[in-house]
Amino acid sequence: MSTAYEPVIGLEIHVQLGTRTKMFCGCELSFGDPPNTHTCPVCLGMPGTLPTINREAVRLGLMIGMALGGELDDRLVFHRKSYFYPDLPKGYQISQFDRPLVSGGSLGDVRLERVHLEEDAAKLTHLGESGRIGGSTASVVDYNRGGTPLAEIVTRPDIHSAEQASSWLRLLRETLRQLGVSDVNMEEGSLRCDANISIRPVGTDGLGTKTELKNMNSFRFIEQGINAEVARQTRIVQDGGRVEQETLHFDPRSGSITSLRSKEGSHDYRYFPEPDLPPVAVPTELFDLARAAIPELPLDREARYVDVHGLNDESARLLAFRRELGDYYEATVAAAGATPDGEAAPDGVTRPAEPADDPADTRRQIANWIGNDLVRRLTAEDADDDAAGDPQASKVTPQALAALVALVRAKSITRKAGGQVLDALVAEGGEPAAIVERDGLAAIGGGDELRPVVQAALDANPDVVEKLRSGNMKPIGVIVGAVMKETRGRADAGAVTQLAREILGL
Amino acid sequence: MTDPTTLSAVDQVAALRAGDLDAAGLFAAYRERAAADDTNSFTWLADGPDDAAAAVPDGARARSVDGPEPTFDVPADDALSVRGLPVAVKDLFCVTGVPTASCSELLRGYRPPHTATAVARLQAGGATVLGKTNQDEFAMGSSNENSAFGAVLNPWDRTRVPGGSSGGSAAAVAAGLAPVALGTDTGGSVRQPAALCGVVGLKPTYGSVSRFGMIAFASSLDQAGVLARDVRDAALVLAHLTGAADPRDSTSIGWQGDALGLPSADRLDGLRIGVPTDLLGEGIDPGVRASFDAALRTAEELGASIVEITLPHARHALAAYYVIAPAEASSNLARFDGVRYGNRAAADDLVSLYTRTRHDGFGPEVRRRIMLGTFALSAGYYDAYYGRAQQVRTKVVEDFATAHEQVDLIATPTSPTVAWGLGERTDDPWAMYRADVMTLPQSLAGVPAISIPCGLDDGLPVGLQLSGPAFGEPRILDAAHALERAIGFDGTPPRSGRTGEGGAGGADATSGGGAA
Ligand SMILES: [Zn+2]
Repeated sequence: MSTAYEPVIGLEIHVQLGTRTKMFCGCELSFGDPPNTHTCPVCLGMPGTLPTINREAVRLGLMIGMALGGELDDRLVFHRKSYFYPDLPKGYQISQFDRPLVSGGSLGDVRLERVHLEEDAAKLTHLGESGRIGGSTASVVDYNRGGTPLAEIVTRPDIHSAEQASSWLRLLRETLRQLGVSDVNMEEGSLRCDANISIRPVGTDGLGTKTELKNMNSFRFIEQGINAEVARQTRIVQDGGRVEQETLHFDPRSGSITSLRSKEGSHDYRYFPEPDLPPVAVPTELFDLARAAIPELPLDREARYVDVHGLNDESARLLAFRRELGDYYEATVAAAGATPDGEAAPDGVTRPAEPADDPADTRRQIANWIGNDLVRRLTAEDADDDAAGDPQASKVTPQALAALVALVRAKSITRKAGGQVLDALVAEGGEPAAIVERDGLAAIGGGDELRPVVQAALDANPDVVEKLRSGNMKPIGVIVGAVMKETRGRADAGAVTQLAREILGL
Repeated sequence: MTDPTTLSAVDQVAALRAGDLDAAGLFAAYRERAAADDTNSFTWLADGPDDAAAAVPDGARARSVDGPEPTFDVPADDALSVRGLPVAVKDLFCVTGVPTASCSELLRGYRPPHTATAVARLQAGGATVLGKTNQDEFAMGSSNENSAFGAVLNPWDRTRVPGGSSGGSAAAVAAGLAPVALGTDTGGSVRQPAALCGVVGLKPTYGSVSRFGMIAFASSLDQAGVLARDVRDAALVLAHLTGAADPRDSTSIGWQGDALGLPSADRLDGLRIGVPTDLLGEGIDPGVRASFDAALRTAEELGASIVEITLPHARHALAAYYVIAPAEASSNLARFDGVRYGNRAAADDLVSLYTRTRHDGFGPEVRRRIMLGTFALSAGYYDAYYGRAQQVRTKVVEDFATAHEQVDLIATPTSPTVAWGLGERTDDPWAMYRADVMTLPQSLAGVPAISIPCGLDDGLPVGLQLSGPAFGEPRILDAAHALERAIGFDGTPPRSGRTGEGGAGGADATSGGGAA
């Protein structure tokens, strides 16, 4: 027999803050510039230089704290965290220790321990096979990254599966992105995630010995890494062993986990208060500036789309979790005259004289058209999440999409023809009505125009007619298909079926 | 005219303004004297007045804040001009393009890309850098024997130490090699060598002078200071060092005291001077005590009242200091790893690169303090050492605040002894550390203090220390000026001064300590 185990997971997320300059000096942030071009005596740790606090980084940290509902400290207290490594020019990192800027808070179903500010290390590249310092032929340092402002967000151990970890991290990433505090790009390292992982028998409350898993720079690697580590710990415990507290490295290429250092070899960081930065009060205007800059956040927007707009959960989440989609959706809804009562329409959208006849249905249709049809057309086949198409940057204006949805809802064109109109809008922009006219896509509605086409299709398929007459309606699809082919999709399938029945007297 | 180097700095700049003296000539006169120096006071001499004012290379500026390079407010008063005044600068002040090693082997040959604010402020006022002065390595020492550039000899007796760590600055001023010099004081490093060399040493309020560009020893204690031949000269330089807060130093708070000018008081009427009886117990040489008591009587004759006070926690200052300063030093010196600058030892891997570079580059006293400090900050020991020391520091701050409810200034001997023989204490760090027992409490409290010569003991200078509350410099300078005039100390070391067997620079960096 074997006991079932559940994982207990806490995440530590490092977010590079999108300030103009570094945390403690005036060097501009950069990504991809030639190495060591964004440095100065301060961020190189030259003798005699001193740090000064970047207020903008503090403001962004406060915004994170406010968005996550944490308690904000009114004093800024920094410590030194000491260890020797070439990516750390001063031999210590200036970080927050026992007084983080933000304590507590939560996002979704995960509680937060803290959010604190610190400076990023420089970027070390180890030349050679392994990509690690051991066994490398040489190592080079790029100090451009050194000193970049970081917010470290630490969760409580509230996560119980790899999937939950990655979906919560998506939520966090969207929240940070929409806050505008970071570009949260995992591949470029502006969002980095470590996981503290332990397991325990299902139904118990205790916490097992945890390991820290590093270097998971995509959502896929996070799931793979956590699953691999949970499996490893489960095997150890089931074999009667004990999990050792250690720091682990996940290698996404091989899927293997290797130990970086054990607890015995762990650093003594010798934290002590940074004497070059005496504690100072957070200026009150920074609180005000931070508060004023907080937009509606994904979870709130999702709830509004479900509760007020009447969208289903899936559509609501899709639109809420990508700000540009949500904004485009709301502009389209306004252009359609379907903005819910009591909600302000976004600026710059011309609204129709008449409101939509069924605003809730209009909104659902618009959400569908954006989520299913438009984004797919704008997104390259192999693109990942971050490269998904942005309708705001496309040739399809919210007015055009609203008009298209109205045409379909009024059955002036079929949904299939609507897709062709959308193709044209994506390719060249313009007005849906003009495209319908130009390409002859208007729906063939009444029997007068459609009847001869249906008659021709029946005449051309006597074997099908035979089956229909005998009560077997299955082959009606053949007739519908033939009509669609003839009318290039402008016919309504229901109307075709209805006409066929009438002609055959069924 | 007479040799301009015999004039005070105040008189020199007056003569420069009046056109009776030209700056190049004044610089050359000091340059010549300094080049013939036999006290080993300098580590580098400028060729001319513009030598150290070279343009800052592009991209090498320390951009700690947005915007253009900082500009410095210069005193508007003509009487406070320093235009044309040569200034000797302790080696640990960074000066763009000028060798700056903090007298460590590890940094020998290093030329920084930025200039310390204290130096830049003087340059903005028209002063010139005469040279860099010898010091204890990274300012760790009380005898200037811990220098990669060799020991400094006391101009009063070349067999004796000048004190430390600003030993070169003190000796250079005492020997007439520079009109004034910049030093730094962490636990007495300006005041104690001033006392031992018979010159004036001023440590301003912590935070009043920017630390930007000073190679750090202990951040929460380091303060730039002045060594000068008289109190007015010290006041002249102080007026330039202070001003608006430096945006490149978060501990710089700008001048918050009364306006600084040249002191002129010759009476001390109504001044209450406290004498901390609990600090004046054993360990003070009788000759030092006699000079000190005589200075107190002089103060009374000038109208001051002498009040016995206590500083109950000051006797713990020494222990607290020798936890806090090494702890901060162990961290501040972590950057010297041989990776980006400085001298790097040959090594095959990262760990040996670090260990060899730091072992070969640091002298024994610096290594001792790094180990002390690393231990004090270690997990499990932090509360017992660093945390406890900070509590003592808070108590010392309170002691001074309480005392100043009662008295305006506090007087002690600066050093319990006069200058001791070279090598005499190098094997006994504890004896060396004790040299700073009178100066450490003010450093922990962050308050300003001055040392002025108040007599001789066996032919060697004795220093009187006067300290006051934060930003009490104007009152300290006034009182020191009045006392200086009344005491009438002749600061010229005897020409024939006793000389020892070994010449300048003969003593190598040796073990053995001293504060700072
Ligand atoms: Zn920088």
